[in-house]
Amino acid sequence: MELNHETLLDIHRRMVRIRTFETEAGKLAEAGKIPGALHLYVGQEAIASGIMAHLSNEDWITSTHRGHGHLIAKGGEFGKMFAELFGRATGYCKGKGGSMHISNMELGMLGANGIVGAGPPIAVGAAFSIKYRNNKNVAVTFFGDGASNEGSFHEAANMAALYKLPMLFVCENNGYGEYTPQANHQAIVDVADRAAGYGMPGVVVDGMDAVAVYEAADAAIERAKAGDGPSLLECKTYRFFDHVGVRGMGLSYRTDEELAEWQKRDPIHMFESRLAELDVLSKDDAVKIHEDVLAEVQAGIEFAESSPMPDPATLLEDVYA
Amino acid sequence: MADERELTYIGAVAEASRTVLLEQENAFIAGEDVAGAGGVFGSYRGILDEFGDQRIVDTPISEEGIIGLGVGAAATGLRPIVDIMFMDFMGECMDEIANQMAKMRYMFGGSASLPITVITMSGGGINMAAQHSQSLEAWICHLPGLKVVAPSTAYDVKGLIISASRDDNPVFVVLNKLSLRNRGHVPEESYTVPLGEANVVREGSDVSIVTYSRMVGESMTAADTLSENGIEAEVLDLRSLQPMDTEAIVESVKKTQRVVVVHEAVRFGGLGGEIAAQIQEDAFDYLDAPVARVGAPFSPVPFSPVLEQAYIPNAGRIVTEVNELLNAA
Ligand SMILES: Cc1ncc(C[n+]2csc(CCOP(=O)(O)OP(=O)(O)O)c2C)c(N)n1
Ligand SMILES: [Mg+2]
Repeated sequence: MELNHETLLDIHRRMVRIRTFETEAGKLAEAGKIPGALHLYVGQEAIASGIMAHLSNEDWITSTHRGHGHLIAKGGEFGKMFAELFGRATGYCKGKGGSMHISNMELGMLGANGIVGAGPPIAVGAAFSIKYRNNKNVAVTFFGDGASNEGSFHEAANMAALYKLPMLFVCENNGYGEYTPQANHQAIVDVADRAAGYGMPGVVVDGMDAVAVYEAADAAIERAKAGDGPSLLECKTYRFFDHVGVRGMGLSYRTDEELAEWQKRDPIHMFESRLAELDVLSKDDAVKIHEDVLAEVQAGIEFAESSPMPDPATLLEDVYA
Repeated sequence: MADERELTYIGAVAEASRTVLLEQENAFIAGEDVAGAGGVFGSYRGILDEFGDQRIVDTPISEEGIIGLGVGAAATGLRPIVDIMFMDFMGECMDEIANQMAKMRYMFGGSASLPITVITMSGGGINMAAQHSQSLEAWICHLPGLKVVAPSTAYDVKGLIISASRDDNPVFVVLNKLSLRNRGHVPEESYTVPLGEANVVREGSDVSIVTYSRMVGESMTAADTLSENGIEAEVLDLRSLQPMDTEAIVESVKKTQRVVVVHEAVRFGGLGGEIAAQIQEDAFDYLDAPVARVGAPFSPVPFSPVLEQAYIPNAGRIVTEVNELLNAA
């Protein structure tokens, strides 16, 4: 796919959609309106957006506990997403999954996941299914730097390369697994190095630069569709908030200076400057997009808030087909 | 008793850990975010500062590696305490648990011992959905070679962790998330609660409620309600699930002739079935009614608070079950 103006605007909109949804979700969580744990994707928007701009509903993805951004970039509707976060019957999972299990089969989204590292093997299965049926699609698994230490990632990488599956391994390296910095959880700097051990290319990408992500994914997807097997893209990024919840500053395990450095490279701000330079989107038009998206988010929240709670009688439904 | 020293349930974990590290030079703690962060639940707060990073080790997110580390270190002379943040994550390391840790001593003809303590968390009620809310103790109680405890009070938390750490077998300490802030009496000094001993927490003559972990509290609330209607329930806190204090269960049944077994875990295939079987084997002639069971319905733990409330057993359901049992008899 060519990186024309339309694609640039498409990527931009996806990023703004994620940022706005997550920001409002964070406020709602603070106000006590979202039960359970909330892992926000703010700071990492360029990755989901740059990759998902290549995908259709027939391409599959697996996500993580930090999964809202992936679903939004894949086309998730705000109303059904907020409804799920609120535990309402109208949510994507009828209130049974919540933030950590949000999913939508029609959009090709095989679920956020509460189990770190659980996604890659499932994506192997989806890629196997694509190859089996001779479809021209791909399966993309998103996972964190921390997840790259789970055996499940390594088994999946080996199998995908062995079977030359049409697959992308996208490591979102935000420098931390929970409260542990990368240097304390693995002896390497680039997770991309692990690709070599399984016989696939490993590429380090600037995960704050949506164009860089888009272009790296382009090459990897082409390779996957040509039958040459999977690739590992390691996108270097940062989460602007805490592991869980909405605090950004004043965290014990990282410095405010470090956060400020990364915020200077805010993926949306950088992208908007670039779009302005290229005369693709003026600053004023960008503001307009943010406002439109915010209105859409607010409508989504209203939909969710006015939706019914699930009927307890549905408790035992959906355990089996 | 008002001036008795109190700690929270989770504070008792930290105090027990500290006690174990002080008492046993070969004891160390390993797990995800246990050192720098002091554990995501605060279980090990202060341990890193006091003991340094040789005695408490942050691991990668590698549960199979964590349990394997415990098995190998224990077999070669150390006394590991390993932390599996949520017991749901046992799925990641079940081979190391079931095929290695549980069986090594036996397979080696008794030549190896595995003094490992595994600390983990069970239970729902905090809207953490299907993969962070399970009560999977039946998985590990089914494995010969493992011991399993599930304390309901801060006192038992400390005493059982210290016992577990002194035992030369692998012992799982299954804690409960919704109990973390519960306060209770905890002596400052080192003490043990013996493995395999149940505790009668309320005496009664009309019905026995056999339970463990957070359901002890729900059962006590139920017993209060029942008492208002003239029904005196005896509440037995098993504390240890493997080995299980069958004798104490039978004693109670002989006294009351009626039993309700209560656990948060899914009813089908839960420990309630095992307990009911033991009662009919050892106390059949004393029973005035079939053994009743309260447990979760046969579904994953749902996310939505409305569904989760309908899912998790509570005092109300225990009262209903007891009333039905008494009416039937
Ligand atoms: C199997 C498993 N182990 C541990 C956890 C607890 N946990 C949840 S998120 C997380 C950190 C994941 O780090 P990373 O993969 O880098 O993703 P990030 O949170 O940085 O997006 C941990 C340890 C879990 N959910 N599942
Ligand atoms: Mg990370």
